[in-house]
Amino acid sequence: MSANISHHIPSEILAAYAAGSLGQAFSLVVAAHVSLCTECRAELAAHEAAGGAVLDTIAAESVSPDLFARVLDHLDDPVQPEPAPRGREGVFPGPVMDALKGKAPRWKALGGGVKQCLIGGDDDGLSRLLFIPPKQAVPDHGHHGTELTLVLQGGFSDEVGHFDVGDVEVADAELEHTPVADAGPPCIVLAATDAPLKFNTFLPRLLQPLFGI
Amino acid sequence: MLSANDLLAPKPIAATMSAGRETIVTANAGRKAAYSEQTVWMLAIRDQRDKAAFAKLFDHYAARLKGFVMRAGAPKAQAEDIVQEVMLTVWRKAHLFDPERAQVSSWIYQIARNRQIDVIRKEARPVPEALANDDESDDEPDAGQVIALEQESDKLRQALAKLAPAQREMIERAYLGELTHTEIREATGLPLGTIKSRIRLGLERLRHELKDLRQE
Ligand SMILES: [Zn+2]
Repeated sequence: MSANISHHIPSEILAAYAAGSLGQAFSLVVAAHVSLCTECRAELAAHEAAGGAVLDTIAAESVSPDLFARVLDHLDDPVQPEPAPRGREGVFPGPVMDALKGKAPRWKALGGGVKQCLIGGDDDGLSRLLFIPPKQAVPDHGHHGTELTLVLQGGFSDEVGHFDVGDVEVADAELEHTPVADAGPPCIVLAATDAPLKFNTFLPRLLQPLFGI
Repeated sequence: MLSANDLLAPKPIAATMSAGRETIVTANAGRKAAYSEQTVWMLAIRDQRDKAAFAKLFDHYAARLKGFVMRAGAPKAQAEDIVQEVMLTVWRKAHLFDPERAQVSSWIYQIARNRQIDVIRKEARPVPEALANDDESDDEPDAGQVIALEQESDKLRQALAKLAPAQREMIERAYLGELTHTEIREATGLPLGTIKSRIRLGLERLRHELKDLRQE
């Protein structure tokens, strides 16, 4: 499954995910990539083990003498079962299906055959699916923050390298890149930023709030 | 009184074992006596719903959890409520505990972090797909894998204890959720390479078992 993945999630992003300090948009990319990648699943578990070591060695605070009794009182309470996480559908990993609430993506044309579907956004980031026709370029853009791009179908190349299904590109604020989709099936990616994008040539800056990009 | 011996009762060996692992299986019984107390308690909770074992686990973790969630920013008045929720989740989700994939402290750490994030955030955090039907945990664990993972976790604790105070503080803050990923990059980390390899072996084994199951 993950044999061909050559671009992984950086360790510090997996650590932040384990610690719960990563924003919602990046967490989605991490969860989606880990669903496809044994290597990063193992590394995430290693960070969770490090978290366990911190829990084991941290200064303890004594608890009230009746706390255990209080816990025991609730041990057999009926519990509402949590909704089961969705599984993979087609090229979309379970966490992406969760973000889409189980429905097919609703694409909006961006021009040049490129389409996008916003799937989440808040103050600390924005996540969307992008559909790029074969050999089509995604407009040249830089970022205010970091951008994570996970390939779900097809592939693309840019100044940094070539990215296949499962690969993640990490583009920091300094990188201005022009991803071009491979020939073959259309390229579908999950892209997340921790700040709004700034397009150079594609859309006037003024239109950005309108498209939410 | 629960002892490690209680866990040594013979159980049917999982039908999915491949030939190469037979030596591990025959060595299983002897090795299981070497499980840590925490693992023994947790397996008793999972498999026998053993409340005496739960009491021991509580005695071990409650004060640590309270210290942990207070360091992570929980007000003192709320801290015990969070500890209570975490311990209840441990009991309720015990069927998800898999000692081949996570040592007890690592598993409880995840529950504690999730609990504290839930308190702050409205939206549920995206989680990776599960690898297997996690409800089917009555599989005989591979004792060699369980013990190796415990040993790697011990080494991590020792490595953490040996760090200079300032560096240790940074690592603690990272795993308490106080640092951004950019800040974590600066905080030179713990030696995670060997525990990662060990976990990876366990995941590969699970993957092969899943494949065997599908082919049956
Ligand atoms: Zn990976």
